[in-house]
Amino acid sequence: MGQEIDNIVMDEPKVDEMKKKNKKENASWNIVQVSRHPKRPILQDYISHIVENFVELHGDRYFSDDKAMIGGFAEIGGQKIMLIGHNKGKKTNENIERNFGMAKPDGYRKALRLMKLAQRFNIPVVTFIDTPGAFPGLEAEERGQAEAIAKNLTEMASIEVPIVCVVIGEGGSGGALGIGVGDRILMLSNAIYSVISPEGCASILWRDAAFAPDAAEAMNITAKPLLKHGIIDEIIEEPGEGAHTDVKTVAESIKTSILKNIKPLQKLSIDELIQSRFEKFSAMGKFTVNK
Amino acid sequence: MAWFSEAITERKKTKKDLWVKCKKCGSHIYADEWKKNLNVCPSCNYHGAITSYERINLLFDKGSFKELFDNISPKDSLNFVDLKGSYKDKYEANIKKTGISESVVTGHGKMNGIPVVIAVMDFRFLGGSLGSGTGEKILQAANYAHDHNLPYIVFSASGGARMQEGALSLMQMAKTCAGVARLNRKNIPYVSVLTNPTTGGVSASYAMMGDINVSEPGALIAFAGRRVIEQTIGENLPDDFQTAEYLREHGFVDSIVNRKDLKDYLTNVLSYYNR
Repeated sequence: MGQEIDNIVMDEPKVDEMKKKNKKENASWNIVQVSRHPKRPILQDYISHIVENFVELHGDRYFSDDKAMIGGFAEIGGQKIMLIGHNKGKKTNENIERNFGMAKPDGYRKALRLMKLAQRFNIPVVTFIDTPGAFPGLEAEERGQAEAIAKNLTEMASIEVPIVCVVIGEGGSGGALGIGVGDRILMLSNAIYSVISPEGCASILWRDAAFAPDAAEAMNITAKPLLKHGIIDEIIEEPGEGAHTDVKTVAESIKTSILKNIKPLQKLSIDELIQSRFEKFSAMGKFTVNK
Repeated sequence: MAWFSEAITERKKTKKDLWVKCKKCGSHIYADEWKKNLNVCPSCNYHGAITSYERINLLFDKGSFKELFDNISPKDSLNFVDLKGSYKDKYEANIKKTGISESVVTGHGKMNGIPVVIAVMDFRFLGGSLGSGTGEKILQAANYAHDHNLPYIVFSASGGARMQEGALSLMQMAKTCAGVARLNRKNIPYVSVLTNPTTGGVSASYAMMGDINVSEPGALIAFAGRRVIEQTIGENLPDDFQTAEYLREHGFVDSIVNRKDLKDYLTNVLSYYNR
């Protein structure tokens, strides 16, 4: 964790250089490229395609309004929800304003505030995950980045309304998981979800960030293996070369999948909902049980 | 020349065994004194690493500790191989080296007569990293505390999530916090003791979620690494940045307690638990 920033400051020539240096181009690395494609649809694109009546709510009530994390009341296909998500930009100025989708503690605290509000209003929470990672900066540490994420992981386990999470781009480590504890975890077919960026992992275990493609493959960061390992529940297929080639179709698929997944959750009692969420995360992980 | 190199090795070995060099102030301390002082430097109060069992011996009333869930060990479910070899070889070597089967030891017992459930991480085991086995043990121990209405104490010492298990290790953050949430709902106290170092995914999950957060002096407690932050902001950070003292000043740690006083501190706090 904490190495996520590496890929942000990386410019095009460096990527090319890395590709040349790398011995093993692989399927995982191709997906990493698509998930970071400059034209990859971001949350704002999906909001404009599938969300009606978005009432954005601002601020964590403690310190600031983090523009890397947005949220508010929204309607998807007539279903009222609390929408929360990482807010990347496309143009440079947008990305600077939104800190490349890297939230500070204020962002995670805003997200939690909105989830509690959803509980008060008895509407489901839908989160959209797309971040290189939580912001690794001085003021983030100072204001308790670790505490803010930890608090969300803990509180989300007890939120009394259904939570559906959709990984739409980069699921970067604790910064992604900070809004990723849900009853159903959906993932676009070219999205990634990882404990550390491939560059970060490569620079630690391979002693060289250029081995990022190898790290990407080794860590099983793409949708198919994650489904197999029980970390996600459903893959939303992207058309053609990726979501950027047909935003409308992907947006519709996301909408359909969200609605389909919310429905059965709404039939559960609060106790059943929280118990099944607890069991879902209790079952995650693979270890050896010796006799 | 064989006799010569042998002699040198022998001499080095003896020297190493007799003296401990403090990582902070560089003082050479007689090994017996270092040990007697609980791996704490007598001249600068640097709190050196301590194994899980050493910690347990320090905390529990004699003969009262019963280990739980020690049948759990790691699994290389991704067949992870890096430049230095496979994850499986790595953890098997660690099991051999440390004599424990995961990066945490869990159990229950009595501290000054007060029954508690405990999880003590061991930095020697793969840097105390949070793997699936670690997460499972920490959750199981939390569940044990939940079912028996006992206070839960976790000692953290970890570099963060275990990369070799990919997102499975990331999910241990959510899994362990789900256990903490359950204790919260039942109003069972959970005390987190953050020892050097507590960073990354461990700081961003159960370690920060104590009803009371305690730390040892000088412990490194951080989310992101210092180097990464310096790269991000392009300037050097203050010396005390991400220390236990820094975190107390910013409101994230209740108290900084010397190793030798921790047992009494913890039981004093828990003596207020009245259910």
